[in-house]
Amino acid sequence: MKAAQRFYLREVISGLLLTGHHFFANMGKHLAHAFGRRDARGAVTIQYPEERRPLAPRLRSLHRLVRREDGSPRCVACMMCETVCPARCIYIVADEHPNPDIEKMPARFDIDLGKCVFCGFCVEACPEDAIRMDTGILEFSSYSRRGMIYTKEMLMALEPAGPNGVPRSPVPIPADRVV
Amino acid sequence: MPKVTIDGKEIEVEAGANLIEAARRLGIEIPHYCYHPGLSIAGQCRLCMVDIDKAPRPTIACNTLAADGMVVHTETDRVKETRRSIMEFHLINHPLDCPVCDQAGECWLQIYYMKHGLYDPRMTDEKVHKPKAVPLGPHVMLDAERCILCSRCVRFCDEITGTGELGIFSRGDRSEIGLFPGQDLENNYSGNVVDICPVGALTDRDFRFQVRVWYLDTTKSICPGCARGCNIDVHVNRKRPHHAGGRRVARLKPRFNDAVNAWWICDVGRYGFGSVDDESRIRFARQRGQDLTRDDALGLVIAALRDHAPDEIAILASADLANEDLFALRRLAEHRGIRQVAFRVPPATPAADDDFLLRADRHPNSRGAEIIGLDGDAAAILARCRAGSIKVLWVIGHDITAAGWPARDVADALEHVGSIIYTGTNDNGTSALATLVLPLAAWVERDGTFTNFLGRVQRFRAAVEPLGDALAGWDLFGRVLGALGGPVAGGRAELWFRELARTVPAFDGLSYQSIGDGGAMLAGAAPTTAPEPPARRANAAASVAEVSR
Repeated sequence: MKAAQRFYLREVISGLLLTGHHFFANMGKHLAHAFGRRDARGAVTIQYPEERRPLAPRLRSLHRLVRREDGSPRCVACMMCETVCPARCIYIVADEHPNPDIEKMPARFDIDLGKCVFCGFCVEACPEDAIRMDTGILEFSSYSRRGMIYTKEMLMALEPAGPNGVPRSPVPIPADRVV
Repeated sequence: MPKVTIDGKEIEVEAGANLIEAARRLGIEIPHYCYHPGLSIAGQCRLCMVDIDKAPRPTIACNTLAADGMVVHTETDRVKETRRSIMEFHLINHPLDCPVCDQAGECWLQIYYMKHGLYDPRMTDEKVHKPKAVPLGPHVMLDAERCILCSRCVRFCDEITGTGELGIFSRGDRSEIGLFPGQDLENNYSGNVVDICPVGALTDRDFRFQVRVWYLDTTKSICPGCARGCNIDVHVNRKRPHHAGGRRVARLKPRFNDAVNAWWICDVGRYGFGSVDDESRIRFARQRGQDLTRDDALGLVIAALRDHAPDEIAILASADLANEDLFALRRLAEHRGIRQVAFRVPPATPAADDDFLLRADRHPNSRGAEIIGLDGDAAAILARCRAGSIKVLWVIGHDITAAGWPARDVADALEHVGSIIYTGTNDNGTSALATLVLPLAAWVERDGTFTNFLGRVQRFRAAVEPLGDALAGWDLFGRVLGALGGPVAGGRAELWFRELARTVPAFDGLSYQSIGDGGAMLAGAAPTTAPEPPARRANAAASVAEVSR
C-alpha cells in the first residue's frame, strides 16, 4: 500500500468524486431524455419486485413435485434423486400406494433448501419426471434452518412458471413463519 | 477326472461338475438365471449358452457336464448374440418398474442387461399384464409381471423344504408363478425364495420399501437365532438414517457355508433381528430407574462383587454371549471364587427342532458356555435365592420372570435377593425388577465368536456402533475384572479369544485367523456338513423303501 493510500482522506474524496460523476452524468442524461433528447440514455434500474428480469427457460429455480391427475404425487419414491444428490438435501420416506400398479409413493419428501446446491441432478435422475425446477421462484428465505426444509405438501402445491419466467405460485411460506 | 478347456484355459474338475461350475473355478462367469448350485437343473432360462467345439449349435452350460477333452468358448460372437437375444426375450413382457422394485440394484436382469444385453428393444405391442403386489405368505410378496419363470422358487419348495406350495400356472406368455389352491407360502424357509429369485418377482415383505439396497453395507456374521449358527450377512443402513424408521439393521441374508447351512437360513433367524433396533434397547446404565454414568455403574458392580462373600453371589450367564464374553466372565468368577454360575434357564414354552436347520436350543452359544465351564445348576441358584443365602444375583440377558419356572418361585427368589444386577441388550421383566441395569452391546455391534452345537467356532463382526453406553460382554466383564485386580486379556475381542484358546483345551490352536470366514471345529470335534434338506431326505427314504420292496 502506498503512503498516499494510507492517508485515507484522499481515497475517500476520489471515491466521492467518482460516484458524484456518475450520479450527475446519469441525471443529466435522464433529464435530457425527459426533455426530448431521445438519443440520451442514462443507466436503467429494474423496479424489483414489481418488475423482473426475464429468466432463461432452462434456469433452475425452486423445485416442485409434479402431480398426477388425481392430485397425488407422481413420485414413486425410487430414491434416485436422493441417491444422486451431491448435497444430500433430499429426504424421502417410502410408503405403500393403494393402487398396485403404482405400488410406491413418498410418505415424506423433504428438500432442505439450506443445503441444496441447485445442480439439477435430481431432475436429471428422475425416471418419472416427478421433480422439476421450473417454478421460477428464486426468493425463498427463512429465519431458521428448519424453515429451509420444504415438505412434500409445499413442493406439490407449486405450479410451473409462466412463459415469461414469471412464477405462477406464491413463494411457499416456511412452516416457522406461519402466524 | 475330466479335463476341460474353457476360453483357452484348462481345468480339471470332478466328474459330474457342469460347465458353469467349471468356468466359475477359472474365474469365468457364465450368465444364468435358472441354475442354482443348491437346486436341480431346469434349463429354463437358456441364458447360459456356450459354444462347444464340434457341437453344431450353442449349448446350455448348466445341463452339460464337463467331459474330458471338451473345448468350450464362452465369448464367441455367436454366444454373445444368443445371450443378447435371450435377454431381449426375457424382457419382452418385463414391466420395467425398477423405480418401485425392491430388487433394483441387486437385480440380475439389470446386471445382465448391462453386461450382455444393451440391444434396442423391438417390442412395440402392449405388454402382458399380470398380478402385482400379491402376498404369497407372511414374508413373501409376488409380482408376476417381473417374473422370468426360472422356476428356482418352485424347485426350492419341491426339493429343499418339500412343501411344494408354488407352481407355474397357465401357458406361453401368460404363464405365471402362483400358489396351489388353498396353500400359503408359510413354511419356515420361505424367505429363501426371495434370495434365490434372480429378479424382483419375489420380494421380502419385511424389507419392502424400507431401504434401497445400494444404501446397505454388508458385514459377515453368524445368526444368533439358534444353536446351528448359520452363516449370514448382516445388511445395515448407515447412510440414510431417515429410512426404515431409523432401524439400522435392514435385513439378514444367508451366507454360503457348506459345513453349516449351505445357501439357506430359516425365517425364525432371518426375521429375528428386531430386538437390535427395538424401543426396548437399554442404552444407559441405571439404578432403580435413575440413569447412571457407565463408570458409576461399573463401580457399583465392582463394589457388590468385592463386598460380598463369593458364596453370596450368583451369576446367571447367557448362552447369547460370545465365547470371549463367557471366558471373561469365567475369569471373573474364578478370580472372586464365585462358584454359583449357570447359564441354562429353561424357556417358558420349550421350542422344538424343525426338520432342517432350526434347533430347539434358541441360543447361539450353549456349546461354548458348556465348554468354557459355566454349566452350573440354575434351578439350584434359584432355590438358594429363595433360601435367602444369595445377596447379589447377576442376571445376564435372561428374563427369569418369564422363564420356565413357576412364577411364584421366581418372585419369591427375587424378593429374597439383596440386589439384582441385570446386564443385557433389551429391557424385560427382570430388568424392571433389577436394582442395577447395565447395557450390553447386541451381537451386530461387536466382534466375537459363537460355538455351534456341533462344536464349530464361527466369527461374527461388528456391523454398527453400540448404542449409548453399551459395552461388549468381554469389555464389561474385563473392566470389572481389572478393577478387582484380575488378569485382563486386553482391549479387543481377539485378545480374549487368544487367551481362551490358551486356557481352554477344546479351543486349543484356534485363532481369529484360523477360524476365518467359514469357522473352525473345536479340537476333537468331527467336521460337519450342512444337513440334508427335508425333501431330499424324504426322497432318499422313499427310494430306499422302493429298493427294499
